[in-house]
Amino acid sequence: MPISDRQLAAVKAALFLLCLVPLARLGWDAWRNALGPNPIEAIQRGLGLWTLNLLVITLCVTPLRRLSGWAWLVRLRRMLGLYAFFYAALHFANYLWLDQFFDWNEIGRDILKRPFITVGFAAFVLLLPLAATSNRHALRRLGGRRWQALHRSIYPIAILAVIHYWWLVKRDVATPALYAIAVLALLGLRALWRDRERREQLAGKYAPQQPPRVRGRIIPIVSQRK
Amino acid sequence: MGTKARNACLKFEMADKRIPPSEITPLQIYRERRRFIGAAGALALSGLLPAAASAQGLPGRKSALSTLEPPTPRDDIVNYGNFLEFASDKFGHVERSQAMAVRPWTVTVDGLVAKPRRFAIEDLLRLPLEERIYRHRCVEGWSMVVPWVGFPLASLLKQVEPLGSAKYVEFVSHADPAIMPNVRRQLLDWPYLEGLRLDEALHPLTLLAVGLYGEVLPKSNGAPLRLVVPWKYGYKSAKSVVAIRLVEREPRTIWMKGVPEEYGFYANVNPAVDHPRWSQKRERRIGEFFKRDTLPFNGYADQVAQLYAGMDLRKSF
Ligand code: HEM
Repeated sequence: MPISDRQLAAVKAALFLLCLVPLARLGWDAWRNALGPNPIEAIQRGLGLWTLNLLVITLCVTPLRRLSGWAWLVRLRRMLGLYAFFYAALHFANYLWLDQFFDWNEIGRDILKRPFITVGFAAFVLLLPLAATSNRHALRRLGGRRWQALHRSIYPIAILAVIHYWWLVKRDVATPALYAIAVLALLGLRALWRDRERREQLAGKYAPQQPPRVRGRIIPIVSQRK
Repeated sequence: MGTKARNACLKFEMADKRIPPSEITPLQIYRERRRFIGAAGALALSGLLPAAASAQGLPGRKSALSTLEPPTPRDDIVNYGNFLEFASDKFGHVERSQAMAVRPWTVTVDGLVAKPRRFAIEDLLRLPLEERIYRHRCVEGWSMVVPWVGFPLASLLKQVEPLGSAKYVEFVSHADPAIMPNVRRQLLDWPYLEGLRLDEALHPLTLLAVGLYGEVLPKSNGAPLRLVVPWKYGYKSAKSVVAIRLVEREPRTIWMKGVPEEYGFYANVNPAVDHPRWSQKRERRIGEFFKRDTLPFNGYADQVAQLYAGMDLRKSF
């Protein structure tokens, strides 16, 4: 289903606003004092959960495009990824500010000593280069191949994010397990597809069926130098 | 949220057919708290319905062991916490615990004692009750100030006459898979089991609480009877206790069985010993914006530190 540029712009605008809803709800609840007895924890968790949700949604784009054949879906991917980064940055900022009040000693110790913080921090640091190279300019400068290789780090990032969640719950890993299944399924699907393509390539699917017909005379290329 | 939860609670109490009417006769309508006067008054005047249990007054004599810090609002104490049998987050238990029938309720006290006994909750409510305003520190790094109503565990233990061989005390909580989702799922090795050394159990600070804020203990806080050990992390203070057993050997508590590398037997509040997940140096007091420093033994060091003289509290965490 191809869509026009105008339609795509409308979809993008709607998605832009949709991605702001979780943040707006947190803000609204904070404003009317409805975040419960521990509002700072509620903010930390709400932002963390939406970082993870957006990472998973971003990972859904490619499989969805492939299954639906809607090529334009890819053009939503940058916004989703940047939103994931945006929520991650707010999640981290809330940790630095409202949770730790910029106690750098404590923050440093946390990052080194509390395993769930260590992996959360690693995931965030790995997101930085992706956010920085998300624009067209960076894509051109890096070249498609290198850009793509770099942006594949979204896979380990998603895995680290799930580990972060898994390790921070006290006992009940039911919800982190659901995210683990989602991420593994999304990555597994890619592996499967890649593997299939590789096999097909080896089997010669993409090789030209016959040599192209040549018109005119064939002039052998002879080296000029001796 | 608080009012809604309480209304749900009122409704439930009225609807609960398992409570024989004789049990619900209020001890004394609680009049100090304005927000209940409307509901309780209307119910009493109507003459048709007994006053709801959550409006049952249960005053306690003031105690010199209470902290002078301002208590955390009742709504926060009732609506935020861990009651793992019912929910894994800090909210789900409030509604779900309303399905727990707290009458009839008995507490068996046996094991290495001369006079094992089974106490009906009514007998325990007749003991001289005190109000003890204690700091409460959760292992997850939050804290509250809670005005409990209860009696020292020691006064109960004396009645059963512990034998010389008794060295530890075990506390067993109610476990009912029919109403407790995490018991049904076997999230831990239920029933909830906690333990204290006998000298800790006999310490005057150690309380069996039956009330909160001058009222009968709400179900979400471990009705009808729970342990309160204010110098230890909250998970030591078992809720909805059905059995107390005196034993010779250190009990393996539910958390020691479940996650031995994270939870030890002693669980004394100690800012110098971090939990792998949570730094214990500071805490967020519910209702406060900035974190505050966590105090050794949750600020009760003067009263309890001597219990641990000569022990390495890093090893015995
Ligand atoms: C890509 C990066 C990250 C993702 C996807 C992520 C995700 C999450 C999720 C899903 C939660 C749990 C929400 C819930 O319980 O509902 C969470 C909680 C939390 N995260 Fe992150 N996080 C990330 C980075 C970080 C970083 C960099 C830090 C700090 C250095 C951090 C600190 C925390 C803390 C302190 C909590 C709350 C733990 C608690 O309440 O016990 N996270 N995060």
